[in-house]
Amino acid sequence: MSRCYQFAVLATVALSLSACKRETREFRPVPPAQNVLNTVQVSGLNPGANPVVPPPAPSVYQESAYAVSQGQTLYNQYNCVGCHANGGGGIGPPLMDNNWIYGSEPANVFATIMQGRPNGMPSFRNRIPEYQAWEIVAYVRSLSGLLPKDVAPARSDTMNIKPAPESMPRQTPTGITGATEQSK
Amino acid sequence: MIGVGPIAAALLIDPGAHSMFGGASTQASHIEWLYWLIFWICFVVYVLVIAAFTRAGARNYRGDPGMLPVLPKDEAGDRRAGWFVGTAVVVTILTLFFVLVETVITGKKVESATTSKNPVTINVIGHQWWWEVIYPNPQADQTVTTANEIHVPVGKPVVILTNSADVIHSFWPPNINGKRDLLPGYSSAFWFQVDKPGIYRGQCAEFCGLQHAHMGFSIIAESPEQFAQWQQNQVKPAGDPTDPEAQRGKQVFLTHACIMCHTVRGTDAGSRFGPDLTHLASRQMIAAETLPNTRGAVAGWIVDPQRIKPGTQMSPNPLAPDDLQAVITYLQTLQ
Repeated sequence: MSRCYQFAVLATVALSLSACKRETREFRPVPPAQNVLNTVQVSGLNPGANPVVPPPAPSVYQESAYAVSQGQTLYNQYNCVGCHANGGGGIGPPLMDNNWIYGSEPANVFATIMQGRPNGMPSFRNRIPEYQAWEIVAYVRSLSGLLPKDVAPARSDTMNIKPAPESMPRQTPTGITGATEQSK
Repeated sequence: MIGVGPIAAALLIDPGAHSMFGGASTQASHIEWLYWLIFWICFVVYVLVIAAFTRAGARNYRGDPGMLPVLPKDEAGDRRAGWFVGTAVVVTILTLFFVLVETVITGKKVESATTSKNPVTINVIGHQWWWEVIYPNPQADQTVTTANEIHVPVGKPVVILTNSADVIHSFWPPNINGKRDLLPGYSSAFWFQVDKPGIYRGQCAEFCGLQHAHMGFSIIAESPEQFAQWQQNQVKPAGDPTDPEAQRGKQVFLTHACIMCHTVRGTDAGSRFGPDLTHLASRQMIAAETLPNTRGAVAGWIVDPQRIKPGTQMSPNPLAPDDLQAVITYLQTLQ
């Protein structure tokens, strides 16, 4: 009986500790050993769609809720919103759909940020530290749900400033098309 | 308040740059007066309570030391005790009411001394973990933006319009006034008037994250002429450096991560994420009053801010030694 009890306690402790990984934060990131930019290829040798899957990226950023939230802050501060809006796109292509022009793997997105792309995407090499670019990658991928379920935040940061159209109270139109104002 | 000076000296209170004693403004003097009023009332109450305890403890019951004393019934004594307790209750209520009235009056004094027509208006915006300071002007090019250092003229009313960029902070310069919370998306007016020139320290007083303790600011109170001169200098954009090393430093600044967060007016750097560096060299401290503004401290801060303030928004910048030296030389030209 007591052995069973001990096992239960140990299992609980182990489970609760494993949950901490999601919130891991690294303030002094070690510079990456491999140079991702030199290994990512936007296309294969033959013309046409023949994707080359890049080597796996540092997973610590793709599995940390902290990295995703930092990525979101940086996405706003570094003015990614200026062209991509909050994922819906504008001057730049939308980021929340399933169409990935230059690849959806973390290393692809990283290369796109660092190298820039034709028709407007600037290069942020030297401007954005590599670890921050990886955080932005994590956030960009979270926009279309490519992150593990336990990493992506379940709530949005901002308040809902208006109710959904379904719950909007019905209003009576006034002005030139409204009959009520004239009948008064 | 009577006896403040000698008592403060006896209690080893040194009214320094970060202290509510020896107030530098009308508001702080009112608050200090209230403090000493409550202090002296509490002092008298404390002495009376200790005296009563001592008297009760010193009472000597004669009898068998092994037995609990049996008190004889004493109706006159009970009545006396009843009167005594009743009076004490009434005096307590009256005293507390008096303190309440004085508190309200002091609050009114602190607020009413400040409804002036022509105040110096300053926007203070709390960030994790530094203070953005803006002297707004209807003419956009006359607006002054700086960080962590608030210059005010002596003897003129000042109104601080508070705001926050992220979480709740609290603006607290103890020599000058009480605390005022900085709420995101909500501006409030905080008035004061500094009477004594000097440099007074302030501190964030609402826990706001990892570096809350290193979120200081200073209020520099100077004569109106000095203030006008300072403002005139701050309005100017940064000039082009003449020194070749500083020119290289400017290039490094504009081609590395610095440009993503900082503004240097007069150059391409225009981001509002970090403090405005247009007149960095004119400031005495960096990193929200954490380090002195010296060459060594700036170098340490640029290369590894996460060692000095873990969690700060500034990223480590592993610049090449030559580039680092050049950038610092450039930053030191930003007078």
